[in-house]
Parts: sequence; C-alpha cells; structure tokens
Amino acid sequence: MTQTISKSGLSDLRSKDEIRAERRKGRTGIYLVAPGLLVLALFFALPVVVLLAMSLYVKPPGAEIGEFVPGFEIGNYMTVLSAYWPELLRSFWFALIATVLALLIGFPMAYLVAVRLREKPLLQGILLVLLIAPFFSSFILRTQAWKQILADEGFIAQALKFVAILPADGHLTATPFAVVAGLTYNFLPFMVLPIYANLGRLDTRLLEAAGDLYASPMNSFFRITLPMSAPGIFAGTLLTFIPAAGDYVNSALLGNNRNTTMIGQVIDSRFFKVIDYPGAAALSFVLMVSILVLVTIYIRRFGTKELM
Amino acid sequence: MKLGRWFVPVVGGLAFVYLLVPIVYIFVFSFNDAGRTNLEWRGFTWDNWANPCGAPAVCESLANSLQVGIVATLIATALGTCIALGLVRYKFRFRKLTDVLIILPLATPEVVLGASLLAQFLNLGWELGYWTIVIAHTVFCMSFVIVTVRARVSSLDPRLEEAAADLYASPRLAFWKVTFPLLLPGIVAAALLSFAMSFDDFIITNFNSGNFQTFPKFIYVSATRGIPAQANMIGSAMFIVALLVVIIGQIISYRKKKQLEKV
Repeated sequence: MTQTISKSGLSDLRSKDEIRAERRKGRTGIYLVAPGLLVLALFFALPVVVLLAMSLYVKPPGAEIGEFVPGFEIGNYMTVLSAYWPELLRSFWFALIATVLALLIGFPMAYLVAVRLREKPLLQGILLVLLIAPFFSSFILRTQAWKQILADEGFIAQALKFVAILPADGHLTATPFAVVAGLTYNFLPFMVLPIYANLGRLDTRLLEAAGDLYASPMNSFFRITLPMSAPGIFAGTLLTFIPAAGDYVNSALLGNNRNTTMIGQVIDSRFFKVIDYPGAAALSFVLMVSILVLVTIYIRRFGTKELM
Repeated sequence: MKLGRWFVPVVGGLAFVYLLVPIVYIFVFSFNDAGRTNLEWRGFTWDNWANPCGAPAVCESLANSLQVGIVATLIATALGTCIALGLVRYKFRFRKLTDVLIILPLATPEVVLGASLLAQFLNLGWELGYWTIVIAHTVFCMSFVIVTVRARVSSLDPRLEEAAADLYASPRLAFWKVTFPLLLPGIVAAALLSFAMSFDDFIITNFNSGNFQTFPKFIYVSATRGIPAQANMIGSAMFIVALLVVIIGQIISYRKKKQLEKV
C-alpha cells in the first residue's frame, strides 16, 4: 500500500525497503564492526594462515621431538596424504552416510511436527521442545551413553544375539555401524530444525488442490512438498555434513579401532601424541580445503541465493 | 493413502524415541548406586543428587565450564551484536570480505578451527589454559551470534526508528528506547545459543586448553575408566534447568502475544 502511494508521489511516506536501501554512511558503521572483525581476523583468519605456514615447516637435522623451523616443505603433504588417505576418505564417506540417514529420519520428524500437528499446538510445542532437547544435554555424555547402551553386555546386543541377528561373538560397538549411528544421532537436530522451519511455512492448501486435481500423494509429495522444503534440506545437509566430517568424538568413543578411525582423530594424535606439528597442520589444511571445495560445488549445484 | 497416513507418525515417533533414549539413559543412571564406574545398574540411590561434588574433579570442571561459557558468551554477544547492526544499517567498504570472514568459521569443521588456533598459540608461545579457551570459544560463538542477530535486525521495521526521530528523539535515544528493546529477544536467544555451544564444546577446547579441565573434557578423559554417576547427575540437572528456561520463555512470549491480540 505505502509503496504505491509513495511511487505516485502523493505522499512522502516511504516503504520499509526504501528506508532500508538508504544505508547510512559515516564512521559509526566502522566503529560497530571493527572490534569484532579484529577478533575474527586475529583469531580466525590469521590462525588459518599460520596453520598453512606450519604445514610447510621442516625438521632440522638432529632436532628434538617437537622442534621445527619455518620452511617450504611441500613434501609434508605427500607424506601425510599417502599415510592417511584412507582415514580422510572414510571421514567423508561416514559423514555422507550419516547425512543421508539423518535426512531420511529427520524429514518425517520435521513433517510430523510442522505439518501433521499444526492443528494441535500443545503436542506440537512439546515435540518441538523435545527436538531441541539434545542441545541441553552434553554431547559427550550422550555419546558415552550410546556406548554403554550398545555395549556387549547391554540389552540390545544381548537381544540381537538371542535372535541370532548378531553372531554370538559379534559386537555393536567398535564397528563402523556404531560410529555412523552415533554421527547420525548427534547431528540429527541440525538436520531437522531447518527443515522444520521450512515446512512450517508450507501451505497445505496446495496439497489439497493437488489432490483435487487427482495427483497421487506420492506425486504431490515429490512435486510440491519436497521442492518447497528444498532450502531447509539444503541447510540441514550442510549443517550435518560439515561437523560430521571433522568429528572424532564418535569415532573415538564408539569405534576406536583401525576400521573406524576418522581424520579428526589422526590430526589430534599427530598434534598431541606424535608431536608432528607440520603433519597435523597439513592434514587440517587438506580437510578444510576439501570441505570448502565440496561445499562450493554443492552450493553451485543445488544452492539458492537466499541462504547466505 | 493409508500408507502415507501411518508412515509419518510411526517413523517420526520412532525417531523421537531414538533422539531421547540416551537422555533418558543418562537421567536413569544418575540414580545409580555406582561407586566409581557407572557401567551397570547396581541399585537406586539419591546419593548422587544429594552430593553432586562427591566424585573428584566433577564440580571443579563444571565451575570451569560455567566460567568460560559466561565470559565467552558475554564477549561474543557484545561484539556479534555490534557487527550485526553495523552490517545491516551502515555502508562501508570491504562488505564482501566481512561476509566471508563471518560465514567461513561456520563452514569450517571444529578440528580445523581448533588446530589453526593451536598453531597460532604455539607460534606466539602463549601458554594454553583459561584465556586461550575463552578466545577460541568467543570466535566460534561470534559467528552464530552475528547470523542470529542479523536476521532480527533485518526483519525490524526501520520506520519505527524514523517515527521516533520525527518525535524529536535523538538517534541515541531512539536506539535505546525503540530499536534495542525490539532486538533484545534475538540477542538473548543468541546469547543462550552461544552459552550452550561453549558449555558443550569438546573438540576446539581439547586443542586449546592445555591442562585446564572443562566438563566435556572431564567426561571424555574419564570415559575410558568409567564416568562417575555424579557427571550424569550434573548432565541431567543442566538439562532440566535448560528445559525450564525454554518453557518459561515460551510462556512469556505466549502471554505477550495474547496481550497484543487484546490491544
């Protein structure tokens, strides 16, 4: 309304957008932004540069453990990549499976809360609180709880052995299965919440209209619900995949053997146990760059502008 | 049609069970008469709830985590809110670069954030401990604060501030009387989020804490020989407190909505 009035020049009422477009100039903006940016520059951007430099350090002949001098040893990358490419690939592979599983589990959850329970605000409110409940309890304590629930003496392992799904000498923990289940579990809320936010705006009359026009439920799901929730799915998959690829709490607590080691564990032990700073830095840098490349490809392929 | 009707509630319901199983497990085992290792059920007791500091180092690490969480949250919320305001409201050069600097920490896995800061601290020769953790937490919390508060600032109707100016409010008065109260719920939400993340963080903390013990670190370290039941008690107590905060917040905003509807 206001827009049409101001455009026709009848009044000097201005629309929100017009006011917003006219950003104020002057120093105030700089003063507001500068302190925080300085912190980000000193303790995020600069450290990444330092990390890159450290990944090229060399060990001088006859040096003690942990003694390195600045250098330009690109060979560090070859050394760690040839030793740890399986762990790097495994991290991405586990993160990918966990992301797909979280999507398959999380979508019905989000749909249940956002669409099915729209008419029942109380139940919807309760489930929404339960959805964010994991954020209030310790991530490590929950992972440790899974370790005990899935333990050999635990009820689940015993029951599975009783019905012979699991062989008598089989384990649930210390397997890739346990690590992927843990990753899926821990990042599930990051998948559900963005999808929930999107489905909350879904106009169910569209589905009714599709039904009236003889679309099968399957058809209207793939042609209406799924495309309309795409931005939520997009954000959720990123919020799940990125932390899952770098995580090592799940692989350390629920896996902790050769078949489950993820790259985060390797970086941690290179830093603290082996005291190989250049190797650890090189692996970290490779992880960061590969994730950025994957994410950029993903955004180019599926992304929408409104996300950023 | 039948299939679709049942599929969502059944799968969604099972997923909720999956989500809550460990939380219930932690709660139940906080009443375990465990002794030193809380691995199997040994009988019901109130002891852990009556005496949460009974196991060594539990309360000390909890106090450390609370302290780090509060300090990092205060710094991150203050700096992040200023950046959010500046970004939406003002023109300046290097905006693109600023955007990248804000988004990039969110797209970087924690191991890399932790490792790069550790590289920096090693290079500077700083001793790892309380302050290095506070710095690390401030950095990763700040990006979340900026994203949360920025959404709030850009959804604000700028005409409200103009109206205040028309009524002869100075820019400063207009900000504190009009803009800030409207932003406050977003700022509080951002602060709570960043406290929760700082309190729960393990990976970044593990890289930058040296011998300084936080609650997650304490649990991780004692995981190999069994976590004391007091840790379950503290985890459950924190959970209940957070749940109450959310429920009270919901009730307040619901009441406000009702009041506004009446007006």
